[in-house]
Amino acid sequence: MKHRLASAARASLSLVLLPWLAGCQEGVLDPKGPIGMAERSLILTATWLMLLVVVPVILMTLAFAWRYRASNRRARYEPNWDHSGKIEAVVWAIPCCIIAVLAVITWKSTHELDPYKRIEADVPPINVDVVALDWKWLFIYPDLGIASVNEMAMPVNTPVHFRITSGTVMNAFFIPQLGSQIYAMAGMATQLSLLAHEAGTYRGMSANYSGAGFSDMKFNAIASDRAAFDAWVEKVRAQGAPLDVPEYEQLSRPTERAPVSYYSQVRPDLFSAILRHSAPGGMMDQHMAASPAARQTAMRTGRESGAPHAGHGAATAKE
Amino acid sequence: MLGKLTLSAIPYHEPIVMGAVGMMALGALAVVALLTYFSRWRWLWSEWLTSVDHKNIGIMYIILAALMLLRGFADAIMMRTQLALASGGGAGYLPPEHYDQIFTAHGVIMIFFMAMPFIIGLMNLVVPLQIGARDVAFPFLNNLSFWLTASGAILVNISLGVGEFARTGWLAYPPLSGLAYSPGVGVDYYIWSLQISGLGTLLAGVNMIVTILQMRAPGMTLFRMPIFTWTALCSNILIVAAFPVLTVALALLGLDRYVGTHFFTNDAGGNAMMYINLIWIWGHPEVYILVLPVFGVFSEIVSTFSTKRLFGYHAMVWATVCITILSFIVWLHHFFTMGSGANVNAFFGITTMIISVPTGVKVFNWLFTMYRGRVRMETPILWTIGFIVTFVIGGMTGVLLAVPGADFVLHNSLFLIAHFHNVIIGGVLWGCFAGFTYWFPKATGIKLDERLGRYAFWCWFVGFYLAFMPLYVLGFMGMTRRLNHSDNPLWQPYLYVAAIGALVILCGIVFQVLQVLVSIRDREKNRDLTGDPWGGRTLEWAMASPPPFYNFSETPRVTDIDAYWDMKAKGLKPRTEGFAPIHMPSNTPTGVVVGGFSIVLGFALVWHIWWMVGLGLAGMVLSAIIHSWFDHHGYEVPADVVARTEAENARRAAAGTAMQEA
Repeated sequence: MKHRLASAARASLSLVLLPWLAGCQEGVLDPKGPIGMAERSLILTATWLMLLVVVPVILMTLAFAWRYRASNRRARYEPNWDHSGKIEAVVWAIPCCIIAVLAVITWKSTHELDPYKRIEADVPPINVDVVALDWKWLFIYPDLGIASVNEMAMPVNTPVHFRITSGTVMNAFFIPQLGSQIYAMAGMATQLSLLAHEAGTYRGMSANYSGAGFSDMKFNAIASDRAAFDAWVEKVRAQGAPLDVPEYEQLSRPTERAPVSYYSQVRPDLFSAILRHSAPGGMMDQHMAASPAARQTAMRTGRESGAPHAGHGAATAKE
Repeated sequence: MLGKLTLSAIPYHEPIVMGAVGMMALGALAVVALLTYFSRWRWLWSEWLTSVDHKNIGIMYIILAALMLLRGFADAIMMRTQLALASGGGAGYLPPEHYDQIFTAHGVIMIFFMAMPFIIGLMNLVVPLQIGARDVAFPFLNNLSFWLTASGAILVNISLGVGEFARTGWLAYPPLSGLAYSPGVGVDYYIWSLQISGLGTLLAGVNMIVTILQMRAPGMTLFRMPIFTWTALCSNILIVAAFPVLTVALALLGLDRYVGTHFFTNDAGGNAMMYINLIWIWGHPEVYILVLPVFGVFSEIVSTFSTKRLFGYHAMVWATVCITILSFIVWLHHFFTMGSGANVNAFFGITTMIISVPTGVKVFNWLFTMYRGRVRMETPILWTIGFIVTFVIGGMTGVLLAVPGADFVLHNSLFLIAHFHNVIIGGVLWGCFAGFTYWFPKATGIKLDERLGRYAFWCWFVGFYLAFMPLYVLGFMGMTRRLNHSDNPLWQPYLYVAAIGALVILCGIVFQVLQVLVSIRDREKNRDLTGDPWGGRTLEWAMASPPPFYNFSETPRVTDIDAYWDMKAKGLKPRTEGFAPIHMPSNTPTGVVVGGFSIVLGFALVWHIWWMVGLGLAGMVLSAIIHSWFDHHGYEVPADVVARTEAENARRAAAGTAMQEA
């Protein structure tokens, strides 16, 4: 009897847990890099800590409701008992303690996981400038002079430093299995450092709704060894068309389900040009440059154009 | 002549939209036919639409909320079926240009036109009764507030048949909601419906604060106010503090769209981050505007149905006040991923967690109210227990999202969607249902059918878990919100379960509709004759159900938190003779007229019909001016009318008590 009960308990437990375990596949609970792993362990720690209160509260709710049901005349009934210093002290103290611990964890982890913080490694980072467009992702490798649409590659165990902006509305740059997401906003560059320590192709997406083509605004992030990465770079160089301002204007027109495409000979200041002129048609419009409004824009965003890949200080999102 | 409005604005070619419009038109026709058949038009106009009685206005708010719940839920079930059908790489049946309007409308309608009217309706109905007042402080303003809210709701629903609604998400983040990316009229419908209803909400907030601070019965000090009144006070303070911020944010967005300013545009120095900060400086307190009053509802219910005083009344009040203040310093947790530095993110993360302390105290206080009580398991307490169990889970996921490092991977995902539905359905909505069941007999004199109420509860409870637990998992699996379709086969089974959950909730709603209909059909059996069907503790139970229009025949004197319980314990009997005449405010059609002109104004602004803008604005202002020309001295209810009404109620109560004892 006891045995049967135990196995029934095990079976029901696995029935409850199974969907959650399946949830580990391919998502943020199946991380492939240090940022994602730190975030997963943070989620688990915080959850366990809170379950310390949540589970007893749920059990107490059900137990009190059952024990003190009106039909149970054996239970003690004190209709005027409405205060107890001891209980009140405890019910303020318990949440306070949990939150105090969690606050310390939060303070530390928020600094450790600051998206702008560089990942320390023996190898120099790869720089990638990301532009969210309607409805596709443009990846510019400024040091390599190449660019790609809806596909990016990175060598494993090498930090990747992203500068992210938008040529259109707000989006969020997100590769769930590698960790943090961050907003892509026109006229501003946000930063993010990620690292993959396992080769694979990871789903990337926009996490912030951006209009009709949003659902297909996806890309593949290919993490591979150095040789395969170099081969990818060569492939892009060989197949790519030049990417200059007219070509970019063409690319930035709204399209849905844009195919993967490659560009070579990318104008080196393209990313800062996009930062300065994020309005629709902004770059082509020559008279804009003389208008007070355009000058004002240039002044506001001028700072980051001169400081490519600077540290936290260039965080234009905090202007 | 008609601005941007042409016949092509009507979406003839969309069968789903036309079907929905047809359903609404049929519903409206049926109501018109019934009113005509029973010749009830005069009754509708003089007893309801123009009424300044807070009880009638409260009931009208709740009817509006119920209608909008049906509309918002129709949107919800369309979204769930679309995602279930379109999760395997298929396109589903709702293309993005339609689907994106649906999720925007769902959010806007559920928050602004379902939850808010429900909460404000309950406060309107109950607060004056709980504090021993004859009405709210400004009865005409109360009527006007309702009509402005209703006008906003009507404007949103007009957008279904004429033009389109916003495709931006419920907070209409720019630059997407700017003219460059949303050139259609959808965002304009959004802006003007919220501006009009927001004005109504703000006026309602002012009214309720003055009512609570000025009109309490003698003896009712602040710390003898019923806990629902306390939470209503805090909620209305939040309304008055927060809604102007929404008004300003939407006004600036409107200026960007109408006169070409650049507050939030991509070019010419605009910055969308400003809007996002402003909208959440309103938006986070809004969450507490909704949830604080239902904390009050649950507190009343848990005490009444445990047949015991509320545990830790003072702690409850201070916890409410703490939440009220803290709710203004947490808004940034809605956008940790916007690139703020670690210090800023950590600060807002920690302030957010701190809110869970007073909230946790409230939960423990409800538990210890049941402890050593006699818990009568009727539907209001079922909703309450279901709420506590569900809400602590939602609270836990909320605190998890408040940790910036966790939020970096969970933000914008279905985990977030699951979290806020967990607290809004499991908290706000079930609180409204609990309050609805609890005060329905007070408002109408009829108790709701218990069996159907239980069925509704269990469908909602089970349906909620089926619909939203899979969304938590999907969030962990990297599925983001507002997707129209997806091709990840791993997500598919969870989306199926969620769709089934929505169908179970549908059953719950069907049971609720049946519950109301059956209870009214069997009204003779369900009649609440005594005015105190649950063994109530606060003053609203001290009078007949439904209460006489003047509420209290004489102003009660309060000596305890549980004022009515205290009176019952002391054996005080209601007065039977020697009544004084009662002074009451007169009904006025001004609210309806101003509300009607506000629809004209909003519609004209949406379609750039400038002469009509002038008409609507002039109509609103002139109606108010003309209203102020007339004296509004109200009228006197003679003492003998009061005496007769009270005698009749006393006779019914005696019959009711006799029936209970028999």
